[in-house]
Amino acid sequence: MTTTTTRIERHHYDVVVIGAGGAGLRAAIEARLAGKKTAIISKSLFGKAHTVMAEGGAAAAMGNVNSRDSWQVHFRDTMRGGKFLNNFRMAELHAKESPQRIWELETYGALFDRTKDGKISQRNFGGHEYPRLAHVGDRTGLELIRTLQQKIVSLQQEDKREHGSYDARIKVFSETTITELLLDGDRVAGAFGYYRESGEFVLFEAPAVVLATGGVGRSYKVTSNSWEYTGDGHALALRAGATLINMEFLQFHPTGMVWPVSVKGILVTESVRGDGGILKNSEGKRFMFDYVPDVFRKQYAETPEEADRWYTDPDNNRRPPELLPRDEVARAINSEVKAGRGTPAGGVYLDIASRLPAEEIRRRLPSMHHQFKGLADVDITKEPMEVGPTCHYVMGGIEVEPDSGAAHGSVRGLFAAGEVSGGMHGSNRLGGNSLSDLLVFGKRAGGHAATYVDQLAARPKVEVAAVETAVETALAPLQRDTGENPYTLQQDLQAVMGDLVGIIRREAELEESLVRLAELRERVAKVSATGGRRYNPGWHLALDLRNMLVVSECTAKAALERRESRGGHTREDFPTMDPQWRRVNLVCSLEGDTVRLNRKPLPKMRTELVGLFDRAELAKYLTDEELAEFDALSAVDAAAATDDATDAAEKER
Amino acid sequence: MGTETSGAPGKPGAKRQFRIWRGDADGGELQDYMVEVNEGEVVLDVIHRLQATDAPDLACRWNCKAGKCGSCSMEINGMPKLGCMTRMSTFEENETVTVTPLRTFPVIRDLVTDVSFNYEKARETPAFAPPADLAPGDYRMQQVDVERSQEFRKCIECFLCQNVCHVIRDHDENKPAFSGPRYFIRAAELDMHPLDTRTDRKEYAQSDQGLGFCNITKCCTEVCPEHIKITDNGIIPMKERVVDRRYDPLVWLGSKIFRRGQVPQTNVTSEHSPGAVRSTAAMGGVHSHAGGSHDAQAEVQAQQGVNWHREVPHPTAPATDASGRLPLTELTFDRAAAPSPFGDDVTFPLPPEHLNFAHPEQDEKHH
Amino acid sequence: MTSSATKPRGARARAAIAAKTLRTDRWWLAPLITVIGLGAWVTYATVRVFMHKWYWVEDYHYLTPFYSPCVTDRCIPEASHFGQYLPGWWIIPDAAFTLPFLLLFRLTCYYYRKAYYRSFWLSPPACAVPDGHASYGGETRFPLIVQNSHRYFFYFAMVISLINTWDAILAFHSPEGFGFGLGNLILLGNVIMLWAYTISCHSCRHIIGGRLKNFSKHPVRYRAWGYVSWLNVRHMQLAWITLGTLALADFYVMSVAAGWISDLRFIN
Repeated sequence: MTTTTTRIERHHYDVVVIGAGGAGLRAAIEARLAGKKTAIISKSLFGKAHTVMAEGGAAAAMGNVNSRDSWQVHFRDTMRGGKFLNNFRMAELHAKESPQRIWELETYGALFDRTKDGKISQRNFGGHEYPRLAHVGDRTGLELIRTLQQKIVSLQQEDKREHGSYDARIKVFSETTITELLLDGDRVAGAFGYYRESGEFVLFEAPAVVLATGGVGRSYKVTSNSWEYTGDGHALALRAGATLINMEFLQFHPTGMVWPVSVKGILVTESVRGDGGILKNSEGKRFMFDYVPDVFRKQYAETPEEADRWYTDPDNNRRPPELLPRDEVARAINSEVKAGRGTPAGGVYLDIASRLPAEEIRRRLPSMHHQFKGLADVDITKEPMEVGPTCHYVMGGIEVEPDSGAAHGSVRGLFAAGEVSGGMHGSNRLGGNSLSDLLVFGKRAGGHAATYVDQLAARPKVEVAAVETAVETALAPLQRDTGENPYTLQQDLQAVMGDLVGIIRREAELEESLVRLAELRERVAKVSATGGRRYNPGWHLALDLRNMLVVSECTAKAALERRESRGGHTREDFPTMDPQWRRVNLVCSLEGDTVRLNRKPLPKMRTELVGLFDRAELAKYLTDEELAEFDALSAVDAAAATDDATDAAEKER
Repeated sequence: MGTETSGAPGKPGAKRQFRIWRGDADGGELQDYMVEVNEGEVVLDVIHRLQATDAPDLACRWNCKAGKCGSCSMEINGMPKLGCMTRMSTFEENETVTVTPLRTFPVIRDLVTDVSFNYEKARETPAFAPPADLAPGDYRMQQVDVERSQEFRKCIECFLCQNVCHVIRDHDENKPAFSGPRYFIRAAELDMHPLDTRTDRKEYAQSDQGLGFCNITKCCTEVCPEHIKITDNGIIPMKERVVDRRYDPLVWLGSKIFRRGQVPQTNVTSEHSPGAVRSTAAMGGVHSHAGGSHDAQAEVQAQQGVNWHREVPHPTAPATDASGRLPLTELTFDRAAAPSPFGDDVTFPLPPEHLNFAHPEQDEKHH
Repeated sequence: MTSSATKPRGARARAAIAAKTLRTDRWWLAPLITVIGLGAWVTYATVRVFMHKWYWVEDYHYLTPFYSPCVTDRCIPEASHFGQYLPGWWIIPDAAFTLPFLLLFRLTCYYYRKAYYRSFWLSPPACAVPDGHASYGGETRFPLIVQNSHRYFFYFAMVISLINTWDAILAFHSPEGFGFGLGNLILLGNVIMLWAYTISCHSCRHIIGGRLKNFSKHPVRYRAWGYVSWLNVRHMQLAWITLGTLALADFYVMSVAAGWISDLRFIN
């Protein structure tokens, strides 16, 4: 069988970055700047990654618009949004470092919208206390990906000047899919995949791999995610011995298009609401005022009058309830539709036409206007949009070391950043936090991967047998002609996930989903693809299916296990948050072929970080036991403060 | 690649006639298909339905399906378009829809073409050159100054403009010498970027990108799905900027007299020229030469006495024109004599705080 | 960037599509209209320029733009506002100092270039329709590299617009002194449109402000650039409108001068 492997194209790199979205490109830049020979693997063309879809902006506490903003406030908002299930260290790093990462982009050539004094303009967004999102109209994601892409080009130009070749130290392999990570013992030794274009196999030998493959949305019927989002990174990590956490938390974006049918799922940015858009049901009622949870009662307006004043005077008024965190909005819309007050297409109305002059709408939301006009022939300056929840983002992902992005579990040399990693966003992600997440942890993962390579005594070796197995697995669907059509299987999987593990979950349905997924697993094992190896989408999908399946199993199992509702996980049978569950992460791993689920305690937040919150707020999330600890701590602090005061007073006397 | 499930609620879809090019570099042909089309669908939906039914191996690129990534470029009824942005309602009920791959690039299979030409050209276009003196976070730009470049940054790189441009579409031999509209607007974007420090982008566009090949027939603008005014706002201004540099004596004369605008005249620091002020600052203020210090700290130090640690000023290059000659024609020059060897902005006597001592040891250390 | 260097790849061919274009709309209509429109205008203008008569209405001082300024010794002395310098040989147009520049201004205009490259030169006749030529060098070499001189012709066109304005002002005349008739409206309308066309020129847009790197440092020029940009979007329309108003003004003056019609007078 050596003939198989000798014919396979081989490359040697120090760091292989899988995924060419924001996180992947940022990681690659960092690894290259650290002097490592870096490969970027992209499933589609360079610069087409799903990051382009992010519209709102990148959250960073730069304080350009409201100088009261600081990393502490950003941290607090992130924790609050994630319902305190976030890995506090990741949230802390994210809040502290994101301004630097945004400013860095300007040195790469990014052109954000500006404030009057020439700084980066920042806009309001759901869940953020101050205007915080650096943005470019409503195409911030595109700006981000293009900027990073062009930075990589500029690095390649440097290499060309120095070494004579653009590809000397950083190279992009576009339209290439990785199907397997190869190990040497517990260390990453390489990655195996195929060129989509030719169907030829390719082997990357590298001691460090950074996963930045994004999310899992393609397992759902209604999703804003593109075909690439099949959970490849999650599955590769699982099979390599890493673990996934928080997989039960999926974010359903509250406002996706529901009409026309063909573009169901495409997002309507939250900025529409930030700029004055309101949600109405089919009776014309502005219903969000009925859905403000107690936790948020203090920050949100109670009357439409107060809410409307907020747009012009945010300091003296409370925010409109349309700007509640995404899960609250999604749930509210879901409830309205279930109560029979939805639109014919099964959504609600998002109205900005009656709130702003047409010219202003076109100026503030140009690509929204363009998109609706082009895709659905709806003029958002004249009529309301029909929107409903759509699967948008997975909070869960590879369990990583917060500082380095190194994957937990038994594997070494594996790093993850961006949507594919878990923990940062807790049970729910705030809008705008993902773009800054990409940059902060992309840089960290890339940098630490480079450090890891430096520390290695010997380079791990790829085993020939493992490559041969990978080849066989990859070719299997083409060699079978009795199995099912991969498209049918994908539709069935989407139906199971959409119907049974969707936005509102029930125990019985989740149990059923596990049974159905087990059936699907049998069928996927026998999938067959027609046609040859050259650019064959059927074959590609057949190979992606097993990734989607294993990740879906993790989601379903974790969703069944977590008996509470929190953020992106809503159980109809356990509708409230349970402080005991806040202390637990559900960790998913693979044993042979079987998905295992373990409970793991959440790391404990450092005292000075806990101190950033009101006791009243903590009381909503923490157990009595934890609160008692907090009280004891603040008592010590208070005593110390009194002591200081007494000392000072005595000195004065 | 996945597919959207069919099934619009309510109306059953009608069957419509499609002709799709199937094949690869070795040849191919238009094949006929009858496909169900539902209300509100776009061409890409129909292709997905074909993949899920009649032609599972039909190759087609797509990603976002919202006109934001520029992957699903194809030619529909002969016109370059995005599959996801072409609504079926724009065709007549009984019209046959013909879908072919982009013609300008080599075909890989079916509707997928090898667009690496564009990435090669992207790699040749010089990248943004950040100002050396500005730390991240210190960038200050006015909205009016970034707006022109922002228009070009809307580009989703669908390469429809590259595909439609007859310079390479009909004349493959021009490919090495011609970068195409996408990279003209990239050059324009950087040339209009308020903080980009490269000044040779116009020359580059002319000599390396093949700007002269463009005969402004505007097809790039016609097909741009982002409605970027490629010709009017990108290519023509670039052509005009080239004219500034190469041909226009009036503008040249005006810049001599008023010493402003962005046509770089000389290397001499001038308070009227924004570019030159930056280059002074680029030396970190420490390097500021006599009379032109913008470094507050150095000023203060100088007030307190002789500053022995002050660095020796860098020699000022004489004021030369674009051809590298001293502009000594008195008729067109703004002074009655040759330029000052101390730099044009230096007036004598020098203010005491700007005096420098060329300390012999220090001098040796630095030179 | 791409993996082209390492991917197994032989000589790549384009998709073998037999049809030259698959466009089903009437793409040939626009170039056809351009050919007819420009052809008709050029024919009319040529005939008129070499007529050497009916360009001046003595009573009202109407001078057609085709003969302004009239500089040959054949000219009616009153029509020569700027003197007579050239011999009256028939081949020399009476406005020999201006017509060539006006012609070149329009010939090198960015809009007209698009129009005639597409319709007369078929390079390309329409988007995604093949170019009619075997090889193509664009405006990289002589003679087409001369198109870059558009700016100079713009400067001349500015001067000529001033002259035309002067003509239009002088035309407020009648044997009794001041006068105002339909001809004045036509000449005035023509002049306004000529200004709009000249100012909306891409070169003008560049000179007025487009060449600046920082608009914020030049607020006045930025505003001016904004106005010119607004007009510039309409450059094509103005290009056609001015062809119309030029022909109309000329035809009207010719008709009155030849005595075919009499001018409709509002005052005197």
